[in-house]
Amino acid sequence: MENKDLNSPGYEIPDDIKGSVSITSIDRIYNWGRRSSIWPLMFGLACCAIEMICTAASRYDFSRFGMEVMRPSPRQADMMLVSGTVTKKMAPTIVRLYNQMPEPKYVVAMGACASGGGPFKEGYSVVSGVDKLIPVDVYIPGCPPTPQALINGLIKLQELIDTQSIKKVRWYQKGELAAVPIPILGPDLIYQRDIPAISDAKKEA
Amino acid sequence: MVTPAQAPTLDLVTRFPEGVVADEREGYEGYLVAADKLVEVATALRDEFGFDYLSSVSGVDYIAEEMLEVVYHAYKTIGGPGLVFKVQVARKKAEVPSLMDVYPGVDFQEREAWDLMGINFLGHPDLRRILLWEGFEGHPLRKDWKEAYYEADVKPFKSRWPEGNFFRSEEKATYQANVQYPDKFDPEKWVPEGEDALYGALAKYEDVDNTGLKTDHITINLGPQHPSTHGVFRIATILDGETIVSLKPVMGYLHRNHEKIGERNTYLQNMPFTDRLDYLSSMSNNFGYALAVEKLMNIEVPERAEYIRVIMAEMTRVQNHLFAIGMFLNDIGAFFTPSLYAIEERELVLDIFEIVSGSRMMCNYFRFGGLARDLPAGSLEMIKGLAFERLPRRVDEMDRFLSDNEILRSRCVGQGVLSAEDAIKYAAAGPMLRASGVPYDIRRADPYSIYDRFDFDVAVRYNGDIYDRYIIRMDEIRQSLRIIQQAVEQIPEGPIQTGKPQYQVRVPAGEAYGRVEGPKGELGFYVVSDGKPNPYRYHVRAPSFINLTAFGPMCTGLKIADVVAVLGSIDIVLGETDR
Repeated sequence: MENKDLNSPGYEIPDDIKGSVSITSIDRIYNWGRRSSIWPLMFGLACCAIEMICTAASRYDFSRFGMEVMRPSPRQADMMLVSGTVTKKMAPTIVRLYNQMPEPKYVVAMGACASGGGPFKEGYSVVSGVDKLIPVDVYIPGCPPTPQALINGLIKLQELIDTQSIKKVRWYQKGELAAVPIPILGPDLIYQRDIPAISDAKKEA
Repeated sequence: MVTPAQAPTLDLVTRFPEGVVADEREGYEGYLVAADKLVEVATALRDEFGFDYLSSVSGVDYIAEEMLEVVYHAYKTIGGPGLVFKVQVARKKAEVPSLMDVYPGVDFQEREAWDLMGINFLGHPDLRRILLWEGFEGHPLRKDWKEAYYEADVKPFKSRWPEGNFFRSEEKATYQANVQYPDKFDPEKWVPEGEDALYGALAKYEDVDNTGLKTDHITINLGPQHPSTHGVFRIATILDGETIVSLKPVMGYLHRNHEKIGERNTYLQNMPFTDRLDYLSSMSNNFGYALAVEKLMNIEVPERAEYIRVIMAEMTRVQNHLFAIGMFLNDIGAFFTPSLYAIEERELVLDIFEIVSGSRMMCNYFRFGGLARDLPAGSLEMIKGLAFERLPRRVDEMDRFLSDNEILRSRCVGQGVLSAEDAIKYAAAGPMLRASGVPYDIRRADPYSIYDRFDFDVAVRYNGDIYDRYIIRMDEIRQSLRIIQQAVEQIPEGPIQTGKPQYQVRVPAGEAYGRVEGPKGELGFYVVSDGKPNPYRYHVRAPSFINLTAFGPMCTGLKIADVVAVLGSIDIVLGETDR
């Protein structure tokens, strides 16, 4: 069913129960439940984490959107808010945390560093954005994003959840979901997908 | 007002005719000490000359002269100017005796110099990498080390300016292009070195109790993902039951190559990067860096700019301490309610920062010889309203509600004690040093800017426990408000910048160490210039980093639950710890 048809499903509701019955789709009620209670992982990396705390505090208060239940354990979290610079030393831990989160799970890259390395991108121990490691759903620009920008990004995530369908989402498909391979700390950070290329380059040299 | 004690005439060369010479390079100061005399000279400095506080250790790579230099900045805790002494060693055989026995506060700083610069400190008991991981290839702050995205030695890069053909650095330097893999490295057989070195450094592993029963001690890791570590910080401990036998902080999870990037940037380009060091107190970081470069350039700052600088630096201290108190109570178990009150007040200070600089947190407000812009109309009235009315009342209110709380007191009083001797020995700085009974505040001990004009007390507490480190922050907020109150009354009209504002400053060759009393302690910037548009060496003496040296000794013998309280009372920010 298309989103725009959800409020007029085409079924006649008898007059005497009109006040107490409404008809909707499973997707819509399921998504409504999920989008209104996204529990973020309590996970601060750098400067952006301070703005995340300010967003949680009284002036901006993102509990208005059902997101105030920050979970320190990845097992209980729905959304990873990557708030800050992802360094190579931290990269294996982030991937492990992501793998430990139960589906459905979302990743929001907050700020320039998490989106693409930011001002520290050229550095030797900074990963150029968390999307080199794990899939990202929403990117929020800013250095750091103001609380308003963060809330806007989180509303974008809610809009994304609204468009999903139980039939199509990857975590309800047949078969196991593969875990993201954990990068290795070698002489530099080594992604497992790069290992053949590095070996070939060594053989040629 | 107490005047700082005058330094007695000091002649290190007469005391050590062999092995010590004055540093006579143009623009340099201090003494050059022969490596084999270093421990002897340092001991004499501490015991005979009274330089009991070794604040900073920086390595410099003079690649043209084929030598590495270690620069030590020593001070007296009774106040007065400092003393610089240096050791020069050949690049190929970079070995310097460790000063661990004389000044244990150099522990982490020597490890950092080993990690990033490859200087081997002989006799250091635990010389491991500290910011990078074991197995990393090379020492990145050496001038001939090139990172994966290396493009040119200095900015602005030719490709971006003036032609402006920008591109993504991934496209130019594919990921592996510049990575230096060692010869024997085989990615398919590589086993990460893991944590053996770390766990090996923790003391005592096995024990036999009085009945002859053999018990293993437990190793516990806290972090790097933990809500009480104030960011990505990790603590490795060995426990005997619930008691801590040995504890080592593990850091570097937020190592963002501040210094390597800083040596590539032009001088002014570094200003926004300093914001991101201690991201709670960006104005203070700007202040320290501006002082260091102004010392090199030898320029004065106009009166009005000095006053605005002081107001902003003290506002920073107020909001930093508010946040620190809130987060500390979080750690103690008063989950988020005190923080909410503290953050509410902090937002008001951030409003002022946003009005004057355009950004809430990353202010980038200071310039060499002045400020980026003047105070906008009406902002001084806002500051007055905060400093005279709102903040004093709210601080008193927080004090009344929190400080006598039964749970807070029973968890904090007498716990995690750091004695005055230990605080000096471990080079603790700021509130941590003063809570241990050492009245050392750079604003008073070695005044910079216009701090000698204001009437304020150096906040001191004498027990050195967690409670004193908490309550001293309340005291300091009150003193900062006093300074702000005087400054907004006295502030003159006038220019806010010496000369014309310029993007590219000319900095003569030489070295300078600018230090300010940041909210976390002594924040120092060691800058070496070779006359070019970029700093040759740019080192940060980060108080959060060095304050952690005392963390292990403070926690030994406590219960595991107290570690979080001790860490909260140190008040670290990981951006500064790891840089």
